[in-house]
Amino acid sequence: MSVLEIKDLKVSIDTDAGEKEILKGVDLTIKSGEIHAIMGPNGSGKSTLAYAIAGHPRYNVTGGTITLDGEDVLEMSVDERAKAGLFLAMQYPVEIPGVTVSNFLRTAKTAVSGEAPKIRQWVGDVREAMDALRMDPAFQERNVNEGFSGGEKKRNEILQMELLKPSFAVLDETDSGLDVDALRVVSEGVNRVHEANDLGVLLITHYTRILRYIEPDFVHVFVDGRVAERGGKDLAVRLEDEGYDRFLKAGV
Amino acid sequence: MTTTENVRSEEKFVPIQTRSERPSSFEPADFETPTGREVNWKHSDLKRLAPLLVDEATENIGHDGIRYGVEAIDAAGVLVESTGHEAAVRGEVFTPEDLPAAIAWKQCSNALHIQIPEGKSIGEPLVARLEGLGADIHANAHIIVEALPGSQSTVVLHHTGSAAYAQNVEIIVRDGARLNFISVQDWEDDTVHASAHQARVDSDAYLKHMVVSFGGGAVRVNPSVRLHGTGSETEMYGLAFADSGQHMESQVFMFHEGENTTGNVLYKGALQGKGARYVWIGDVLIGEGANGTDSYEKNQNLVLTDGTRADSIPNLEIKNGNIEGAGHASATGRFDDEQLFYLRSRGIPEDEARRLVVVGFLMEIVQKIGIDEIETRIEALIQEELAAGASLAPAAKAGA
Repeated sequence: MSVLEIKDLKVSIDTDAGEKEILKGVDLTIKSGEIHAIMGPNGSGKSTLAYAIAGHPRYNVTGGTITLDGEDVLEMSVDERAKAGLFLAMQYPVEIPGVTVSNFLRTAKTAVSGEAPKIRQWVGDVREAMDALRMDPAFQERNVNEGFSGGEKKRNEILQMELLKPSFAVLDETDSGLDVDALRVVSEGVNRVHEANDLGVLLITHYTRILRYIEPDFVHVFVDGRVAERGGKDLAVRLEDEGYDRFLKAGV
Repeated sequence: MTTTENVRSEEKFVPIQTRSERPSSFEPADFETPTGREVNWKHSDLKRLAPLLVDEATENIGHDGIRYGVEAIDAAGVLVESTGHEAAVRGEVFTPEDLPAAIAWKQCSNALHIQIPEGKSIGEPLVARLEGLGADIHANAHIIVEALPGSQSTVVLHHTGSAAYAQNVEIIVRDGARLNFISVQDWEDDTVHASAHQARVDSDAYLKHMVVSFGGGAVRVNPSVRLHGTGSETEMYGLAFADSGQHMESQVFMFHEGENTTGNVLYKGALQGKGARYVWIGDVLIGEGANGTDSYEKNQNLVLTDGTRADSIPNLEIKNGNIEGAGHASATGRFDDEQLFYLRSRGIPEDEARRLVVVGFLMEIVQKIGIDEIETRIEALIQEELAAGASLAPAAKAGA
């Protein structure tokens, strides 16, 4: 049992107009095996939370803590966080010219587990995971995300999550840009990893659509850099009917 | 969170200049001294190449600027005794197209002539080791690589040391011959080098032509391949790693002249450090009689830090519509903070991330060399470059 604990997290970014506070004190505790949905309107700070957890240099943590089983995550470098068991499935996966998916996956696996995977086992694992995500094996020879469609990029993120076996995954708008078939395949992948590895999931989404496939234990509504409301799955259903209007009005 | 556009691609169709009509002459006086406005000098480092524009005697100054280590080639029995201006093969294919080439032609009275005997297959690469003996010594050379009909061989020019070197390389691949030719610029950084390669590929012959440039201050290697014979084929590969202050340039010309010729050009450049510059100009001409041509050219550059500049200019000129295919592409991408973050977020440490990207990008070409000794040397050079680049900040985000 692992715990990812976020306390009173304040995050700002540098803009042309000076420093801008995006997260204004966020509290969130995720345990192994739990699925938390973070919902909220655009600009509410959802993605900022994702990047702050992963350690993106653009986001300055100005207050609060993030700990993983008591260890100070904010003290860790980006790659140390991955090694500690955190994973971020990105909304906009980056193209890496000249690096094949195959090479990338093997290098990442070696880095995360501290030793090179046994070749035969690894090749089988990769093939199996790609099959499950309905990815053509020829994908392995393509450069990471280069020329990938939106759906292919997202599958590639889930593929990495499946193979790197993190203890907590943040899925940043993984549903955006997916058609219904791709959404189902990707969601199945998340559920599979969740079940197999007792993965704790922080599912960031604007829409409730993905929650039909991935059932959250908790729903948190983000408004203006804070959690405005918490609830169970039924909260997502309410949001689907009502939208975010009532939160936005309350914030004015 | 906004994404950055990591790759800028351009597809150009610019049939403005007719490369085949470029002036050529054996007489230096026929060329104006370049000003930097000419199409073939516009992106060049004229300031540093200036010593190579002086028409002066270069073989009577006490010692030569270049030591030619051709013992192994001599031992293999493929070296032809000194070849003067009027010798039969010299000038069969080569005609100078710019001033340094005309000077090199004139001032080099004894060409180095490597001739692969008819029908002979030589498995071991024939490596000529050209060592520069001083950047203050103006050296000129004419080198002939002639593959007689049906022969198979690999010829390497490996350049090291310091030099001010104008060099012509005349390559003749006769009927049915297969030649791998590789020129490695492994110079010290005070070297200036202007080299013009002109090749003719005859019927059913094949030329793999490679230009690999790592060292040198201003290095201009302009290869031109004329697919003359029916069914002739060429693969032209280039690899350049330009560091701070280095100016690397390749103006590539591929001329589909005969019928059913096949040509593929792939040049890659990596740039890091302030003032690193790479210039690639790729001209492809599909001639009037070139029925059945299959042609492709591509240039890809990887920008590793700020302060560099890559120019990539593809030109395709088609005078015959009855062809299999013709295409070109050019892309310059940056290794930026977002790529670094992405790789590190998967547990890969920063230095490893950089290594992964650069090596991955360059190895596609390195693997085509096919000579262990050279590949090992190039890999070591890549590692050296990476070690040197580790202290430099990655390229800033596009638009930042």
